[in-house]
Amino acid sequence: MRMTSQIGRWSSALALTLALTLAPGAQAKTKDKDAEASREVPYASTYKAYPGRPTALVGATVYDGRGGRIDNGTVLFAEGKVVAVGASDLAIPEGYDRIDGTGKFVTPGVIDAHSHLGDYASPGVDANSDGNEATAPTTPDVWAEHSVWPQDPGFSRALANGGVTSLLILPGSANLMGGRSVMLKNVPAITVQQMKFPGAPYSLKMACGENPKRVYGSRGMKPSTRMGNFAVNRQTWIDAKAYMEGDHEKRDLAKETLEGVLKGEILVQNHCYRAEEMALVLDMAKEAGYKVTTFHHAVESYKIADMLREADVCSAVWADWYGFKMEAYDGIPENAALIAKEGACVVIHSDDQNGIQRLNQAAAKAQASGRRMGIEIPDAQVISWFTYNAAKAAGIAEKTGSLEEGKMADVVLWNGDPLSVYTRPEKVWIDGAMLFDATNPRMRPVSDFELGQPGEGDVK
Amino acid sequence: MSRILAFAASLAAIAAPLAASAQDLAVTNATLATGDGSEPVEGATVLVQGGKVVAAGVGVAVPAGVETVDGTGKWVTPGIFAAVSDMGLWDVQAVGDSNDLSADKSPFNASLDVVPALNPANEHIAVSREGGVTRASVTPFPGNAIFAGQGALIDLGADAALVDTPRAFQLVVLGEGGAREAGGSRMAAHVTLRNALREAKALAGGAASVERASDALLTHADAVALAPVLSGEQALYVHVERASDIRAVLALKSEFPALKLVLIGASEGWMVASEIAASGVPVLTMPLRDLPEQFEVLGATQSNVGRMVQAGVKVGIGLFAGDNQPRRATEQAGNLVALTKLPGASGLTWAQAFAAITSIPAEISGMGGKEGVLAPGAVGDVVIWDGDPLELSSAPEAVYIDGVKQPFDSHQARLRERYKDLDRTYLPKAYDW
Repeated sequence: MRMTSQIGRWSSALALTLALTLAPGAQAKTKDKDAEASREVPYASTYKAYPGRPTALVGATVYDGRGGRIDNGTVLFAEGKVVAVGASDLAIPEGYDRIDGTGKFVTPGVIDAHSHLGDYASPGVDANSDGNEATAPTTPDVWAEHSVWPQDPGFSRALANGGVTSLLILPGSANLMGGRSVMLKNVPAITVQQMKFPGAPYSLKMACGENPKRVYGSRGMKPSTRMGNFAVNRQTWIDAKAYMEGDHEKRDLAKETLEGVLKGEILVQNHCYRAEEMALVLDMAKEAGYKVTTFHHAVESYKIADMLREADVCSAVWADWYGFKMEAYDGIPENAALIAKEGACVVIHSDDQNGIQRLNQAAAKAQASGRRMGIEIPDAQVISWFTYNAAKAAGIAEKTGSLEEGKMADVVLWNGDPLSVYTRPEKVWIDGAMLFDATNPRMRPVSDFELGQPGEGDVK
Repeated sequence: MSRILAFAASLAAIAAPLAASAQDLAVTNATLATGDGSEPVEGATVLVQGGKVVAAGVGVAVPAGVETVDGTGKWVTPGIFAAVSDMGLWDVQAVGDSNDLSADKSPFNASLDVVPALNPANEHIAVSREGGVTRASVTPFPGNAIFAGQGALIDLGADAALVDTPRAFQLVVLGEGGAREAGGSRMAAHVTLRNALREAKALAGGAASVERASDALLTHADAVALAPVLSGEQALYVHVERASDIRAVLALKSEFPALKLVLIGASEGWMVASEIAASGVPVLTMPLRDLPEQFEVLGATQSNVGRMVQAGVKVGIGLFAGDNQPRRATEQAGNLVALTKLPGASGLTWAQAFAAITSIPAEISGMGGKEGVLAPGAVGDVVIWDGDPLELSSAPEAVYIDGVKQPFDSHQARLRERYKDLDRTYLPKAYDW
């Protein structure tokens, strides 16, 4: 990409993320039912919640992540779970630490449904560039988790500045089928298994448009056009179906992922900017027999928001990115608000190690752009764009993304209105364990990479 | 009407919305932030006459006949100054033919000049203008040499007269980027820079037709272009990030005392803040960098600006290129205010933060007192906001440049209007314009 190289050549200061809009592959479960029952889940999560104390957050404005707002609310959590959410008269059981949230706000932990942290880690040197297996147009056999470097300092910034408690790590978008995603809990860890979100479904990352046709077309390979993109995808789905119906004698990692999609066990996260391509993808999904969960980047969702509502597909979008590539030319800041107005699902995503630190701010900008054209979206609903809706887009909404009894105690206490530029997370809990506290310099993770380096432990 | 007159009239009709003349204007009873680092005041008036600010403050009398805008509940400020931007140099970044940022295959570097490439009708200028940006510096990017070429100062008025000051500065990259351009190391970059300045000096010192040394590396045009850098007539913007690279730049002053240096980037500036302050060299930086995205920015922190300012460095927010859109200047400044509430962090007061996107980048760009401020004699760039300009929920309601009210009719605005509903009952959307 010409632009990326121009800017990259000049300046570390002007980091573009276009490269990240490229992608890799996935893999699926075995279909042999007996073998499935007996085989252990490979690369299983070893995440264990850290110890927390029973905690009562009182006096704050509480957004539950599903459109609810309680002024002067009380949030109780213990043993990693939300115990109760209510008004100021909610009784606080004995043994709870009481934290005064007067003048502050509480939301569910922030969730980024589109991140490459760990796969495109900082420092962004070639040796850390592990997000695109750009060696074949479809690589559903690769798994993003096998590239994750848990020492990426980006995780700590997302936690401290963004209140991010869970994030979906996707392969890039170089390939039509880039590979399997991995859902992570944003806990500092030595191994990726220690971060893996227990019980989260896998997703297959797919990509429309410019990236796959450019990457492979420039090598004189198929696909070199958008019609080539679809031809390769359709044949791949047909082959996957044949595999699914076969005897599975010889395992095929790529087709295992695709079979998982066709069986509805693996979600589809589809990078797709333009309206007409999204519409074509929906028909391809119908033809092949799978469901698209979320269109990512989706800068033209506003043109087909009614269609996306009917198809029950989320749009994961930026607030105001546009123009960096041809397929982003029609991006407008009102996109999210226009999608919401039609009743379709909005997710604010980052695709960026800096943007992930300010998903709340991006949502606030998108809300304001809507308001100026007469679309009023309540604050409590805007909060859902980076909490519950993001959880839904990643298939974990049953477990987290909202403050409801029994769900994971992933919670952010903000030092002000989270939709204000002047606000930052004050405390962040993941499964009830406090993992960030802005008022305590020791409660700030420092990755191995940053240890002993300039700025170690600094307020970042 | 004669044909000539008719032609002239039609031209005027076309040009009218673009070349509206400066109007006299008063904004009354607004919350005023002048941009000069002072705190906002309420109930203030801004008076613009003949395209210039005549007065701004509380108790300003509005002469009879001046069009008055009621600013009750509004904020009024100078326009944002977007320092070191790429506005007007590309339509779509990834579409090479639309992109004039850099010239990888050109034999020239320091002599490159953005002026003939700048396009006043550029979409990003329109979008930035709607975001309250009225002035900017525009820089080329390095292509195949440490020198990127000469940048210009522009105004974003919706007219053909884009350039205010051509060839306002030269940009050179050192650090990691400079090392790459110079052949592989920081050493090579520094030798390349010194050699270039000496070649420029030799040329400037001799007759125009003097035969140059046979080992001259610069083209004649590039050597000529560097003469004003050497003499200090033209600022030299130096992109560096690492603390040690910053020191190496400051040391250039002892060899080339006339250089008028501006540090660009300086993510580790906080580590050498007192040295920068002592040198008097100002800084233009991206304030929210906080990741070690390269080895040269291991010390990056959002507290960089606050710490440098505390040490006495003149720091403006800048580097609005690529995806870092100029209209985001306000939210970046707002984030620096947020830091003042974070224990251990260094941020800016609201007034300092607002100055960092208005008067300070204007001063660093050589426009002190003229741009980025609402003060008598300054350009009549006035933005009326629907709230605190640094807040995410706020946006400009009106933008004036040189006293001329600006249109809000970008491609983005038109798409928004077309798709405000999805009704296609009677005609396709293509007829809705």
